[in-house]
Amino acid sequence: MKKNESYEEFIKGVWRDNPVFAQVLGMCPMLAVTNSAINAVAMGMATLFVLVGSSFLVSSFRNWIPKQVRISCFIIIIATFVTIADYTLLALVPKVHKELGAFIPLIVANCLILGRQEAFASRYPTRLAVMDAIGMAVGFLVALLSLGIVREILGDGALFGVKLFSENFEPWVIMILPPGGFLTLGVILLFFNWFKFKKDEFLEEVAEAERSGN
Amino acid sequence: MENLLWIFVSAVLVNNFVLTYFLGLCPFLGVSNSLETSFRLGLATTFVMLVTAICAWILNTYILIHAPYLRLICFIVVIASTVQFIEMLIKKLSPALFRAMGIFLPLITTNCAILGLAIFATNRGYGFWEGIIYALGAGVGFTLAMVLLAGLREESELSSIPRLIQGTAMNLIIAGILSMAFMGFAGLFSST
Amino acid sequence: MTDVTNKQTPAPGSMRLVLTLAIAGLISGIAIIGIYESTLPTITANKARELREAVFKVLPGVTQMQALVYRDGELVTVDAPDKDEPVVYGGYDDAREFVGYAMPAAGPGFQDTIAILYGYKPEEKQVVGMEVLESRETPGLGDKIYKDAVWVAGFSALSVEPEIVAVKKGTKSNPNEIDAITGATISSKAVVRIINEAHTAWSGKLPPPDAEPPLRETEPANTEAGQ
Repeated sequence: MKKNESYEEFIKGVWRDNPVFAQVLGMCPMLAVTNSAINAVAMGMATLFVLVGSSFLVSSFRNWIPKQVRISCFIIIIATFVTIADYTLLALVPKVHKELGAFIPLIVANCLILGRQEAFASRYPTRLAVMDAIGMAVGFLVALLSLGIVREILGDGALFGVKLFSENFEPWVIMILPPGGFLTLGVILLFFNWFKFKKDEFLEEVAEAERSGN
Repeated sequence: MENLLWIFVSAVLVNNFVLTYFLGLCPFLGVSNSLETSFRLGLATTFVMLVTAICAWILNTYILIHAPYLRLICFIVVIASTVQFIEMLIKKLSPALFRAMGIFLPLITTNCAILGLAIFATNRGYGFWEGIIYALGAGVGFTLAMVLLAGLREESELSSIPRLIQGTAMNLIIAGILSMAFMGFAGLFSST
Repeated sequence: MTDVTNKQTPAPGSMRLVLTLAIAGLISGIAIIGIYESTLPTITANKARELREAVFKVLPGVTQMQALVYRDGELVTVDAPDKDEPVVYGGYDDAREFVGYAMPAAGPGFQDTIAILYGYKPEEKQVVGMEVLESRETPGLGDKIYKDAVWVAGFSALSVEPEIVAVKKGTKSNPNEIDAITGATISSKAVVRIINEAHTAWSGKLPPPDAEPPLRETEPANTEAGQ
């Protein structure tokens, strides 16, 4: 039963409560770093590190942090993890760090992370908080990847740097430029909404059928 | 020292903070349903940006040289304090305005545009005046983008929109078209 | 947990609040300093290696370099330039002979600022190499300033007398001319303009040929550090 609980927390972040598609959080870094798949992965991993680390600490210390200063404490914790991630990336993969640029420190302003601390990590035990964090971060990574893959394939004709099409493919350059980010996310949200409506309709029909059947 | 005019115009039009750098999207997508609120929020944000730019320059020049790794935390603390200060100021000067702005004032703290402004200005090595002009440009650009989207949204309120596209999806697509339009400003300063 | 009976747990005193923040700040500070110190050697080595690679690229034949700044009316060698001081790099070959300068320069391009490094030989008054360090030009068009290898190679023997001129593609006829890139006119002309402006700014400060500062005898820390 315990195992199911943890799993529930994890899986809800990936699809049902996906931070980007369902909750519309964490927009800023999303659009900026998804002009290629590898950048999307790097940002997703960095956010995973920060989110899990922060949730772990916040949840472990939740009984010691007074309510009045909790936001400040959350921000201090988050900023510390982001700084650690920033320097680690700069030391290990300087090329990737250059591509992501100023958006690594901007993870601090990612409403997703602060939101999770406030809504979940500060109220639930450590194990659940960590699973929730991992789930949300994976959901975020999935969202980033879907955007990054679409934009890179259409805008560059490549995936993870590997050219997919022949020389004759004229890349849709606008996709790796800022408008492409907005449009791609808009269209993906469109599909997400469509899927949700279809599901709601289906559930409605099932409920109708049950009601009239009895 | 970069040409001040280039810095300003670049921040407002050519490299607009919202439409080119994707900063400040949370309020951009969330608050832009009312033209008036958008404008006010834009003004408040511009003010916070100006204060932040000045403080960032002071920090960078005198303190952070010895401890560059504390930059992020210091910036965040400055931004949070400034927003708190503005809140108190507005509450005292105009309670009506304070009530009207409601939750959006504290939300300025998580506006990535302000933190982004501080980080960009630091990375580009802007001096005191360049930082101020840059903050002014960023604020004006942000307000401009918000006001444009708010205007479009208010106009479209009375039209019938397909259910699927309502909400954030539509705002994003409008933002995409706005971004494309702003791309036209590139090359504004090129000398042949 | 509601606010109805908020007298159940007494509100923590200000001392407790301040203490919590102070402890959080302290732990955070220690963690950050720790990561900074442990990654500093790697980061410095990376930066030095990147710079070295760029300098060697724009000055063919160079194997050693040092930083030079303009102080008190002459060009002197420095270990670490001041933060805002303009710096050029002297390139020297295996025989410790001066080869040329690697000059960083930057300026507005089509979209945003372009930062380059170009190699300059004062004796021949020629640009001998150009490397784009930073650019945000339009992908597929403006980014040809570093992706078009043929165009970049055009900087390998470019005279700066009286100044470099970008001409319409195919009409290059003089040693100080270089073809502009079709579809990226503004970006390519920007690069030319950046070099011209940097050259004007430095030409009064460079010593006459054969009077360049010699390679310092000190053991350069960055060629030995790391790998």
